[in-house]
Amino acid sequence: MFKRTSLVLALLLVASMILSACGPSAPKVIKIATQSPLSGGQSLLGVDIKNGAQLAVEQLSGPLTEMGFTVELAPYDDQATPDVGVANAKNIVADASILCGVGHLNSGVMIPSSEEYHTAGLAFVSPANTNPVVTTRGYAEVNRIVGRDDVQAPVAEAYAFNELGATSVYIIHDKTAYGQGVAEFFRGAAEKDGLEVLGFEGTEEKANFDAIITPMLAANPDVLFFSGIYDQAGVFFKQARDAGYEGTFMGTDGMDASGLADLAGDALTKGGGMVYTSVAGPASAYPKAAKFAEDFTAKFGASPQPFAAQGYDSAAVCLAAIKNAADAAGGEVPTREAVRDAIRALTYEGITGSLAFDSIGDLPTAKYFIIKVNATSGDTWNSNEIVAELDFASPGMGE
Amino acid sequence: MKQFTSNPFYKFILFPIGQMLAFVLGAGTILSVLIILLAYIFRGSVTNLDLVERTFAILPKVLVDGITIGFVYATIALGYTMVYGVLEFINFSHSEIFMVGGVVGVELLRYLDAQGSLATINQYVVIGMAIILGMLIAGGLAMTVERVAYKPLRGAPRLVPLISAIGISFFLQDAVRLILGLTTGEFNVILPQFGTFDEFIFLNIPGLPEPLQIQQKTILLIIVTMVMLVGLNYLVNGTKIGKAIRAVAQDRPSASLMGINVNMIISITFLIGGALGGAAGVLFALKVTRLDPFVGFFPGLKAFTAAVLGGIGNLTGALLGGLILGLLESFGASYLGIFTQGAFGAEYKDILAFAILIIILIFRPSGLLGQTVGQKA
Repeated sequence: MFKRTSLVLALLLVASMILSACGPSAPKVIKIATQSPLSGGQSLLGVDIKNGAQLAVEQLSGPLTEMGFTVELAPYDDQATPDVGVANAKNIVADASILCGVGHLNSGVMIPSSEEYHTAGLAFVSPANTNPVVTTRGYAEVNRIVGRDDVQAPVAEAYAFNELGATSVYIIHDKTAYGQGVAEFFRGAAEKDGLEVLGFEGTEEKANFDAIITPMLAANPDVLFFSGIYDQAGVFFKQARDAGYEGTFMGTDGMDASGLADLAGDALTKGGGMVYTSVAGPASAYPKAAKFAEDFTAKFGASPQPFAAQGYDSAAVCLAAIKNAADAAGGEVPTREAVRDAIRALTYEGITGSLAFDSIGDLPTAKYFIIKVNATSGDTWNSNEIVAELDFASPGMGE
Repeated sequence: MKQFTSNPFYKFILFPIGQMLAFVLGAGTILSVLIILLAYIFRGSVTNLDLVERTFAILPKVLVDGITIGFVYATIALGYTMVYGVLEFINFSHSEIFMVGGVVGVELLRYLDAQGSLATINQYVVIGMAIILGMLIAGGLAMTVERVAYKPLRGAPRLVPLISAIGISFFLQDAVRLILGLTTGEFNVILPQFGTFDEFIFLNIPGLPEPLQIQQKTILLIIVTMVMLVGLNYLVNGTKIGKAIRAVAQDRPSASLMGINVNMIISITFLIGGALGGAAGVLFALKVTRLDPFVGFFPGLKAFTAAVLGGIGNLTGALLGGLILGLLESFGASYLGIFTQGAFGAEYKDILAFAILIIILIFRPSGLLGQTVGQKA
């Protein structure tokens, strides 16, 4: 038995030597990594970021293939967990054929993971991270193609205060970098406007929210602002509505997934209903994304979740930058540093708009959406209505 | 009097129910009095609202929340404490047994929903079916786990089956995740909407300005867990099997010499504990409306804590511990934010609950109702 195993091993060794000997004549492989939650409660969004990027690699890698490169996607599952993200990041930077990356979904995962990318000089384009700290560290490797929470949360607050006429708000966050960040920006804006903050709670609870709902009901706020991700918020909204809360639910881009309506059902439309802000509108909000939505549905059998188009564009930015860097390198595989600098020099017409990056990797001007929920189940998530579409300049390094 | 106390009706129905009510009333009253006292003491220092008025306003709801989750903890805690009683090790996979029971129950409801028959069958029959199926699968699974993962380690040092239990726990989480991924493709197990369980019942309690609103499912949860606890009490104290379980718990070799089939009794213990956990899982799912493969961890941990608090190995202790922990948590989460004006919010509820737990265990290391038994030879 042992002899046979060693024989097989020896054969494998010989085979791999022959294969690696063929290396130079084989096409040069360039990989684009994705990092997003592919399993777990937030996988609905994470899988579609990966699928969007995959579609981009299939459709847009033509110019690089003509130059003799093979472009591959290397998807990683960060499980929406910081330590998994960092462990993956270590693997990603160790793979020399990865020249650019797309990710993450969660700011709390992006921030520690990007320390690895920064050390290795590997550029990442974020399709979804909105926490300001993602870019305000000033890393040359970190870019994003969406807006920021220090704009988004005040936009939500202004809507609550001016349009809904709310006088009081109760804020609940999920204790992540994203959720708590948004909650604090919202609270800051509310205090400036004189919108009374009746409560400010953080919780990691995902099942039984009784103990949070009871004091919230007693405070009876006009608006309940939940700063977190849909998988937690959906359960909370349902329980709060069942317990008798009649006001308006609000949230930010973490709410934007059909799973929210699956979890919360008609709790989203009863009473004061629900409104959320987002940095990524539905595919229908982007005139150029119609074909993308069609191709995506044809390939993956379901219409794209929010951030899928951003996943597509992030990968497209990577591909365009690699192409430019490869041209500059005379058709050779470019260095990571060259790709990193090429991204910052790039102006790319993506399906979500014109993409260019300022000195810290933000879009100079980003879009923000205010969306009213009409859906009572996941299938009808596309029936949500865009109430307003706003453009704001990036705040840069912040106050 | 003696005749009356040995009357089976008193012994197996009246006494356990009275005991539960005494625990609920006792723990609830002590905590309520404490919080009201605190409210009067700190009334001056809280400026943004009238502390006393707010305290009274939410007190009934806080009590109901605490008692509800307390009964869930108690039902799970019994599984830990029974296994500890007979095998003296902590069965950490019990939290996953609880989760499996809940997932199975909800999947049955979802299946009925897809068939279109969920709305046509009486809602109590439906939930009864879900609970029974959850109990059967969870009980069977707990028994299988014992056979596969613990029995071969029976003679090993106590830490070894503990590690095995942690391993089983991870295995079950990911097995359920895999099965759900392959069959429904979804991570979240969402309870379909049916019946009138979400609706309120209004209880007019004298002395309250407005009637107390309780959801039907909350009342159902409390009643079903109470019935199960009464049933368990009868099983353990009133039947031959119960006597055998107690004998094995006291002294396994002697019990074996008396002709008790120890292996079978241990299996039955796991079956009962698992079935209780499974039923608690279904009721928990009915209450929170969503499960996922990792949902068992926190309730499991809390229930284990409750078992230790009450005195591990002691069934009454598990009940008392569960209720106290549930109430502590509910009071902590609801009042911390109000009393500290938001400086410490609901997120610190566990710190408060566990701080009190540590204080209790400093003064009573064997738990509230635990006896300091010498190490068994």
